[in-house]
Amino acid sequence: MIASLVNFLSVWVIPLIIALVVLIALLRRVNVFDVFIEGAKEGFKTSVHLIPFLVGMLVAIGLFRDSGLMDLGINLITPLLAKLNIPAEIVPLAIMRPISGSASLAMTADIMQRCGPDSLVGRMASTMQGSTETTLYILTVYFGAAGISKTRHALVTGLLADLSGFIAAIAICKAVFG
Amino acid sequence: MIGYLWAGMICLSILTAALTGKIDVIAPSIFDSAEQGVAAAFGLISIMTFWLGIMKLIEASGLIEILKRLLRPLAYFLFPALPRDHPAMNAVLMNMSANVLGLGNAATPFGIKAMEELQRLNPLRDTASDEMCTFLALNTSSLTLLPTTIIALRAAAGSMNPGEIVGTTIVATFCSTAAALFFDRLLRRRRGWTK
Repeated sequence: MIASLVNFLSVWVIPLIIALVVLIALLRRVNVFDVFIEGAKEGFKTSVHLIPFLVGMLVAIGLFRDSGLMDLGINLITPLLAKLNIPAEIVPLAIMRPISGSASLAMTADIMQRCGPDSLVGRMASTMQGSTETTLYILTVYFGAAGISKTRHALVTGLLADLSGFIAAIAICKAVFG
Repeated sequence: MIGYLWAGMICLSILTAALTGKIDVIAPSIFDSAEQGVAAAFGLISIMTFWLGIMKLIEASGLIEILKRLLRPLAYFLFPALPRDHPAMNAVLMNMSANVLGLGNAATPFGIKAMEELQRLNPLRDTASDEMCTFLALNTSSLTLLPTTIIALRAAAGSMNPGEIVGTTIVATFCSTAAALFFDRLLRRRRGWTK
């Protein structure tokens, strides 16, 4: 029931919003195409401006993953977290989630393949993946666009929020499905 | 802060590879990732161009006034120092709406635009303002009410009930957003984090 409602909304929201915006602009006698172009012009410059920020950050993330440093960290903390009753399968995902959106999505798919989507771990992985954004990507792109190099407490805040979200995801899944 | 993280990730990774006899993976990894970085930026061009065009229409058609009326209490609470009729406020409101509706590919262009506008109000060109930090906290923890990607993934993996995680996701997303706003306020005045 919920799934079909969500699917319905996910298919309809964008078409309805676009139609509504264009229609209302037309009714208010806005010069629709000219105004659209005026806004759209800025898209290219902003995106290209982000290349150095994205290259810099993705290189660091790629090295962290490919060098084996990430696995080293995971192997170190998994036994500690196991003492807190946190399943070992979920730990790599929790580490990857704030760092890379595509890699963590692949990990979630892999957990579902191995443990099943309706296992407790599969449900925890789904909840974790769905409830937060890729902190490092958002930080790089948003501050990159504004030209900010001193990010103050933003990184720590983002990571603490991710950690809180993961703890909440594990606790609520245990309470509801456990 | 981000500089130390970046340098640490690069140096420790190369050290790890060197010590474990995997130094040959480093160079290909770097150039592979660099290519992905360019591809990611180019991937943004299309959605940035389209949604920034729609954004101008939302402003010109007066639809923004409806958003303002709906989200006013929340936006004024989160960004008390932000001038109410500044373009930055418009972009912030559209980004918040896109996030709540689960329009991931619209939220990013609106968010980038909001950051550019917030930068115009920022007295220190290279340092994030309080509003920028709060806005970033809001976006990294993103309020997701419709986790559509995950539901599709669960259905593809053969779940009996792909949508059953909607409730748990909403609880988790509220916790992470509440934590983001809490830590943002808590750490704002800490001198140690101002790098």
